[in-house]
Amino acid sequence: MDFSLSENQLLLQEQVGKAVRCLVPMERLRRAGQEGDRFAADVWEGFCDLGIPGLLVPERYGGHGLGLLDAVVVAEELGRCATPCAFLGSVVAAPIALIEAGSPEQQATLLPEIALGTLRVGIAVSEPLAGARHDARIHVRNGLLTGRSLFAVDVAGAHRLLVADHAGGLFLVDTLARGLTMQYLETVDCTRQAFEIVFDEVPADPLPGAGPPVLERLGDTLRLALAADILGASGHMLREAVAYAGTRQQFGRPIGSFQAVKHLCADAAAELEPGRALLWYAAHAFDLALQDSHVCALHAKAYLSEAGRVVARNAVEVHGGIGITDELGLHYWFKRINWSAQLYGGPTALREQAWLAQASLEQSR
Amino acid sequence: MDLSYSGEHESFRREVQNFLAENARAIPKHFGVNRPTAEAVAWQRLLIERGYVARGVPRRYGGAECPPDIMRAQILGEEFARARAPLGLVNQGISMFVPTLLEWGTEAQKQDWIARTIRGELIWCQGYSEPGAGSDLASLRTFAVEDGNDFIINGQKIWTTTAHAADMMFALVRTELEAKNRYRGITYICLSMQTPGIEVRPLRTMTGAAEFNEVFLTDVRVPKHQVIGARGDGWRVSNSTLKHERGMLGDPHAALARIRNLLGLMADETVDGVSAIELPVWRDRAMRLQGRALAMKYHAMRLLTAAHKGEDLVLPRLIVKLQATELNHQIAALAVDVMGEMGLLYNDAAHSRAGGLWQKRLMFDLGMIIGGGTAQIQRNIIAERGLGLPREPKMAKL
Ligand SMILES: Cc1cc2nc3c(=O)[nH]c(=O)nc-3n(C[C@H](O)[C@H](O)[C@H](O)COP(=O)(O)OP(=O)(O)OC[C@H]3O[C@@H](n4cnc5c(N)ncnc54)[C@H](O)[C@@H]3O)c2cc1C
Repeated sequence: MDFSLSENQLLLQEQVGKAVRCLVPMERLRRAGQEGDRFAADVWEGFCDLGIPGLLVPERYGGHGLGLLDAVVVAEELGRCATPCAFLGSVVAAPIALIEAGSPEQQATLLPEIALGTLRVGIAVSEPLAGARHDARIHVRNGLLTGRSLFAVDVAGAHRLLVADHAGGLFLVDTLARGLTMQYLETVDCTRQAFEIVFDEVPADPLPGAGPPVLERLGDTLRLALAADILGASGHMLREAVAYAGTRQQFGRPIGSFQAVKHLCADAAAELEPGRALLWYAAHAFDLALQDSHVCALHAKAYLSEAGRVVARNAVEVHGGIGITDELGLHYWFKRINWSAQLYGGPTALREQAWLAQASLEQSR
Repeated sequence: MDLSYSGEHESFRREVQNFLAENARAIPKHFGVNRPTAEAVAWQRLLIERGYVARGVPRRYGGAECPPDIMRAQILGEEFARARAPLGLVNQGISMFVPTLLEWGTEAQKQDWIARTIRGELIWCQGYSEPGAGSDLASLRTFAVEDGNDFIINGQKIWTTTAHAADMMFALVRTELEAKNRYRGITYICLSMQTPGIEVRPLRTMTGAAEFNEVFLTDVRVPKHQVIGARGDGWRVSNSTLKHERGMLGDPHAALARIRNLLGLMADETVDGVSAIELPVWRDRAMRLQGRALAMKYHAMRLLTAAHKGEDLVLPRLIVKLQATELNHQIAALAVDVMGEMGLLYNDAAHSRAGGLWQKRLMFDLGMIIGGGTAQIQRNIIAERGLGLPREPKMAKL
């Protein structure tokens, strides 16, 4: 047995980590999300140089043909640097959806461009995954889409949208299509963006193999990518807290020598570490399509969302007053963790889904 | 234990109800973030006249000078909450400085500052923390040296809430450089924010607002008669302010009002057409927090009764700040959880609830857990002073 990352995965992690740290220093982060920078073109170019867009695209379409476990390794590094850039849509969701449900023509025309990074895909799949809020949902009639989706992501700079309706259907829509309006929604996290998209009889290209099972797989990939992002962002916050605790002096000694501060850090680490193993297993189970992969994906995101909140809070506390300042900037990670925890289902909702999924698994046995 | 209301108290309740009904139009809609609005000041003045706020402050300093009456205080809290009317202004001057001054100030100082402060005309900020002196406040290094009838102050304060809007600061400075014990030699002094040599620089926080500041003091000249208590005795004086600060941070009525808002949110917020309050998992978490808020409410009544009897319930008093700030943070966390993806939205984004208020609270309340003594320091104090456990290993000298 070998429950660890491979040599290649470790290498990937190191390379991506190093590159992203250069692409996104703190000054770059401060500019994130401002109008005109929502797409973060410079960071995307960096991704393209690294071959990130082709991560999950099969080799015969010009990609690297890697698995979700590899994508998760990359996502962790992006979270670690609170990287402002599109990732979920183009790199994760679009290839998975096309591979699992696209027609041979769709695959042949779209995947090579996705791998190059020249075709970028945003996603509007939130309602069927997390439930409809404010009555947002999408209907299909005569092949045209009508309705509303909140929390569409990676929309800025996208050429196509991957849209899910409530029945589990998946569609590709041109972002310039008639009947489509997009509105930017201000969120807590400026490093990523959400859009509200209104569809008024928009022409759409359906993925023929779509249906609830594919939507479930798609949901798993998105949730695992977010869980990995939380893992990376939390890892960063914990490391910062430990470093600060080692240098900041109060009462004539480093605050890290106080039991209370040690416990803040230790509790955070203890919460976080098992999440890493759960995430790896869930991604591995996804790649092998094991029976428990869906339940594990739900648990992995629920677990890391809660662990992430503990780490984010404790790391701020360890810093005392400076922890809540804009100047230090710890809040970019705090907010990023919060954002990832909410999107596509928070812990309570996901555990409910895990319970239901588990019950139906038992029944089918 | 007797929680029944006497006939006299029942008639007081009717009086309060009548007052609120007759003056419904004067209830301020906007309270002002740093300085109270004109309508808030007018409301405050009305409440002082009626003897509903500043109840313990003697008449000669502009207060209501009512004998302590826990039942009346309780009735006021209940009726104002029911009418959704604010029971007066809350700020560092009124909640922390005035009680300190009543305990330690000279007659002239009380005459000079109390009335204007409780009326909301004089805004104060608290100049305690320094870059190197946070939890270890006694290591502060802002120095004041004597010069004739004045002190000349040099140093830097940080995290000073509302310093940018304040008229005055109550501050801790070091006067006795050679004092052997670092808790001695600290002096409590008041200064006008208009004094030459004071520079205030805002610090932006994670909520996006600039709630507090750095304050730089260069050769700031302050008359000696603005010292509160004896020179060198500031540590003892400040401890009485801190006691009131921790009291201010633990207002159970505020927590209960938030629970009410939370329950309202949970009734409104639907997923696939089902409201959050209908779902047992959410409801259980909300009820758990409501239970904790109620416990804190009755805990406060118990403390109040004891205080009026001249008793000090040490351990119960020490836990208030820790529990209350944590509770507020948890209330905000549940609200954000319940909102699911809606909880991503901030400020005035379309569909956002109350302008992103709950997200803001989640971050702001984390600051409250840190400010006024961090949760870890509170636990140290509870363990050492409340439970009598041995102190942490010896502290280094200044
Ligand atoms: C929102 C807000 C408003 C504020 N307003 C004011 C104000 O108006 N006026 C003012 O003077 N100050 C104000 N403060 C300052 C506040 O009092 C300090 O931030 C606080 O006392 C902590 O000090 P610090 O930030 O230097 O953190 P540090 O003291 O450096 O603490 C860092 C970490 O070390 C821990 N730690 C330190 N010593 C010990 C120990 N002995 N045992 C265990 N753990 C320890 C702390 O708990 C914390 O987790 C405010 C702070 C905040 C957050």
